[in-house]
Amino acid sequence: MNTRFTRRSALTKLSGAIAALLTFSAARAAKTAVQKVFAASGAPKDYDPSKHKWLMCIDVNKCIGCGLCVEACKKENSVPEGPYFRTWIERYVIPKPEPGSGQTRGETQVDSPNGGMHGFPPPPVPKDQIEHSFFVPKLCNLCQYSPCVQVCPVGASFDAPDGAVLVDPKYCIGCGFCIQACPYGCRFLNPITKTAEKCTLCYHRITRGLKPACVEVCPTQARIFGDLKNAAPDDPIRKFYENNRVQVLKPHLGTEPRVLYAGLDKEVR
Amino acid sequence: MAGEITNAVVGVLPRFEGYVYPNEAIPHPLWGVLIVIYPYITGLVAGAFIMASLVRVFKVRALEPVYRLALLTALSFLLCAPLPLLFHLGHPERCYEIMMTPHFTSPMAMFGFVYAWYLMAVLLLELWFDYRGDLVQWAKITPGLRGLIYRVFTVGVMDESPRALALDAKLGWILSIVGIPSAFLLHGYVGFIFGCIKANPWWGNAIMPIIFILSAVASGIALCVFVYMILIWVRRQKVDMRCLDMMAMFLFYALVVDAAVEALDWIHRIFAAEEGFFVLQTMIREKLFYTLNLGQVTIGTLLPLLLLGSLQLLRRRVPELIRRRMVFGSSVMILAGVLAMRWNVVIGGQLFSKSLRGVMGYKLEFAGVEGWFMGLILLSLPFIILTVLIKLFLSERLPSGGHAPSDHAR
Repeated sequence: MNTRFTRRSALTKLSGAIAALLTFSAARAAKTAVQKVFAASGAPKDYDPSKHKWLMCIDVNKCIGCGLCVEACKKENSVPEGPYFRTWIERYVIPKPEPGSGQTRGETQVDSPNGGMHGFPPPPVPKDQIEHSFFVPKLCNLCQYSPCVQVCPVGASFDAPDGAVLVDPKYCIGCGFCIQACPYGCRFLNPITKTAEKCTLCYHRITRGLKPACVEVCPTQARIFGDLKNAAPDDPIRKFYENNRVQVLKPHLGTEPRVLYAGLDKEVR
Repeated sequence: MAGEITNAVVGVLPRFEGYVYPNEAIPHPLWGVLIVIYPYITGLVAGAFIMASLVRVFKVRALEPVYRLALLTALSFLLCAPLPLLFHLGHPERCYEIMMTPHFTSPMAMFGFVYAWYLMAVLLLELWFDYRGDLVQWAKITPGLRGLIYRVFTVGVMDESPRALALDAKLGWILSIVGIPSAFLLHGYVGFIFGCIKANPWWGNAIMPIIFILSAVASGIALCVFVYMILIWVRRQKVDMRCLDMMAMFLFYALVVDAAVEALDWIHRIFAAEEGFFVLQTMIREKLFYTLNLGQVTIGTLLPLLLLGSLQLLRRRVPELIRRRMVFGSSVMILAGVLAMRWNVVIGGQLFSKSLRGVMGYKLEFAGVEGWFMGLILLSLPFIILTVLIKLFLSERLPSGGHAPSDHAR
């Protein structure tokens, strides 16, 4: 037997096998990319994600910290008990500066007991010493350049064409990379399904013409939800834009969130 | 932080100080001790391979006695490298999806391919070409199961002509050259998994891959020293002092470069004092006080630098026995220090909230997948595999012609 020939043919076969594997991978990746927009997202079959662009706006001045949105979200989406939240409310208490301290304000105190689901205890600072106090609802920031989607090793996290950032739970391997990559702490590993989970904007509702549960129950309309591609001139979302100057969270990270806030303070991260 | 408000999440109250996002208030960090061990093991693989390449590519003849040992060490650790990753997944049964439908922007997606490339195309092939001539001989003279094993490993190629052996050596040399960037890729990529996370000021850092590679080279050489000394001790042989001194020298230089780059990283962080600076202070002063100041800096860097550095200056004046003990001690300290460094990176990055307003605690438990017992098992496994490999392929009873690979190489 000619040894050189054997080795060469073995190497040829090996590279053939690698090439076949790569082709197979690429073909499967393409197929999945097409399929998964609708897989496990809860959308009805006739829903066309390319005809919508969802947007969430939050008016911090209107939030009263009642926690109804957090509770509604937990119930609507069967979010497990414990430190697992698709949305939550933070309370910021900024005390007055100590006289003669040369500071503009005291040290900011933040809390979110059980995500603010059952409201908040009395503030930790006596009322007459508080300069500002406000509530900030938080949820997935719907980043245009989402770091969580970027790092998902299997593509289970993906950007839907309508702006929602979704996770396919049948595909997620539960590595937790996306949870580490989300700058806003919006993701968690579901302890029951062992997959990454996050706010879907109540995808099963919005694709049927309903509002997300948190928006639906908000008594002060602090959360405003709309469809940029189908917004009438008097749509609340347009009004919000017209009446407010908006901000996003952690703009320096370049994620370009599409959850827009009015009335934020520099202390909010 | 003065005047903290503790997160009132039931059952996990004492673990947090200041404000952490509600989703971060989980009892254990998402990535635990398994993810500490994963970069540690891949680093040892890369380092041991670089050590072997010193012989094959850079023709450092003094290191020939440890060439095969270094390659076998790299192999036994590489075989265990994916295990901690696999065990920590929420759905290990879906792990094949990483290779079937990889998401190309993910730094984690390429692991399967980089791993497979390194294992199949570099390490196993290089070992095979290096051993083939010996395997053929051993297959002929060894009876029973052992002989059968050697025969299986020859894959039926029994050609012993000088031409075939020269081809083996040449291909092994080429693979070794390909292997150096591959080893850097394997481990630099692990560093990038952490370095790419801009959300985390402790991790998101452009030179993270470099730091990982440099510490890996130091830890890999230290591992070779450790394994070599243990093997010599078990076999009651005489230490090849020329080889040991050479390893000590490379260990020293690797450590100098590693320490310099890590110091540069620290100086930059302290000088720039960016948004997450308070986190850095809390880590150094409280959360990672022992593993960072004592483990990584003192035991892992300063003491070995002192010991190995003094050996470089005063080698001829130090008696052999003391020299052996100093090098062995340094290697153990570096191995511990690099493990502490991986701990500081992986666990440290999860001990503060991304709100930059609070810190979490972490207590390593005994039992469970993320417990220290499991960690110990995963760290012992490569040594068990290595023992078997040494018994099979570095046996004293078998003749070997392949101990001087640079003789065959071009």
